[in-house]
Amino acid sequence: MSGKSDSLRGKYVIAGIGQTAFGKLGQDTVSLNVAACTFALEDAGVEKDAVDALFVKTPTSSREILYGQKLAEGLGIQPRWGGAWDQGGAANISLISFAIMAIETGQCEIALVCYGDNPRSGSRDIYARPRGNDSLFGWFSTAAGYGMIHRAHMIEYGTPTEAFAAVAIAARKHGAVNPNAQLRKEISLEDYLASPMLIDPLRRDDCCLLSDGAAAVVIMSREAARKRGIDHAVPVLGMGSGQTSWELPARPTLTSTQAVQSGRLAFEMAGIKPTDVDVAQLYDCFTITPLMTLEDYGFCEKGKVADFVCDGQIEIGGRLPINTSGGLLSETGMPGLQLILEGVRQIRGTAALQVPGADVCVVSNQGGTMHTHATLVLGD
Amino acid sequence: MGNELILDINECNRPYWEALAQGSLSFQSCTRCGHNWLPSSRSCPNCLSTAWSWSKSAGRGKIVSWVVYHIAYHPAFKDRLPYNVAIIELREGPRLISNVLGDCAQLSAHADVDLVIEQEGEVHVPRFVLVGKGG
Repeated sequence: MSGKSDSLRGKYVIAGIGQTAFGKLGQDTVSLNVAACTFALEDAGVEKDAVDALFVKTPTSSREILYGQKLAEGLGIQPRWGGAWDQGGAANISLISFAIMAIETGQCEIALVCYGDNPRSGSRDIYARPRGNDSLFGWFSTAAGYGMIHRAHMIEYGTPTEAFAAVAIAARKHGAVNPNAQLRKEISLEDYLASPMLIDPLRRDDCCLLSDGAAAVVIMSREAARKRGIDHAVPVLGMGSGQTSWELPARPTLTSTQAVQSGRLAFEMAGIKPTDVDVAQLYDCFTITPLMTLEDYGFCEKGKVADFVCDGQIEIGGRLPINTSGGLLSETGMPGLQLILEGVRQIRGTAALQVPGADVCVVSNQGGTMHTHATLVLGD
Repeated sequence: MGNELILDINECNRPYWEALAQGSLSFQSCTRCGHNWLPSSRSCPNCLSTAWSWSKSAGRGKIVSWVVYHIAYHPAFKDRLPYNVAIIELREGPRLISNVLGDCAQLSAHADVDLVIEQEGEVHVPRFVLVGKGG
């Protein structure tokens, strides 16, 4: 696979990042996106009229026709390329990848990639929805699908409760230090075990937050950033994607994800192996997700993730700190773009919980019930 | 209305529901590649052939994974809490979402289950009981 894509290694950068507050905001999604894009453009020092591509992930909680054009109207820009993309949470990294491909082929020069949603003050029905005719069996919600996978991992590998707890404890510990985090409260193993069972085996503390908010990044070539004198641009070293289209019951395996595929593409493009990674931001909609991602990226042997995450090894100061701003479990339930922003801060050296000398950060995004996956490698 | 579940019974999946009403769980079998599958589709998801037929399951399967709901997402399930939803793999290969009747604490991985067809409102649905625990 390498050869073609590794010529792009480090050629494109995230030149600016922006975000709104997270929590219950009571604003429409276009306004949230416009605010985040404004902050990202300010951070990059780019005037809005220089933006010629606008890629937005469709708001999860509401479906609107031509949403990309509504957002362009809100921003008062006339992009050549862009639009709204639905791939669940994997869309953020995919859109950055599309922006890079579009710039590389000369179709545009500066792209905004953003996401905003308001399920906390608006509707959360999408997450509780019936799953087709299987609603006859009470098969409802996004969480239940992850519960099936969580249980399948316990069945196949004997994964102990403590492994799931370790992910929640690390996220809450890191989120408590993040002034922008929606939930800033550390938990102990005892707290985790005492949190109510919602859809067994999922406890409340296995589940991500529900949040309003938006985030945005500015993508351009490293050369364009240099010409503009942007000194805190963070290079994209690798990117990759993978998808499965099987619904849960028909999926050949429940205990492996498309992180295998997307990670291989991104790691090969970046020319790295797991031991080169200093810090990781791993999509944590539910605690099972980063556990399987760690295995599928090759940080540990399949089925052995419990040994990898125990004793604070994924906490700040540990072997591989993950989700250093709190992730979906503690910072904001936003589906994934906040993880990219934290990756950028780690490489800039400006994170609230900075990993000293972080040179390589891996970010994972995931959508649906582990249907879609995308990986980004950021580094100096 | 209001509390009713909204079902999509169409030209493609109607034979599945009609077979259940007549007491059998059916699945599609490809006459070209031999693939057996659920849920219904107009072509074989393995080889895309449109030459297939409905086959009758013998009704024996095993539990792949399951969850137990302690919260209800729909009024119809409030009185059933806690209830389980399981992925069942039929001996013939296809997998489906279903319920295992009885005590949720009795469920275990790979446990054998047998088909029980029950009426649910206007339709008949395939549920399962643990082998040796059924009525």
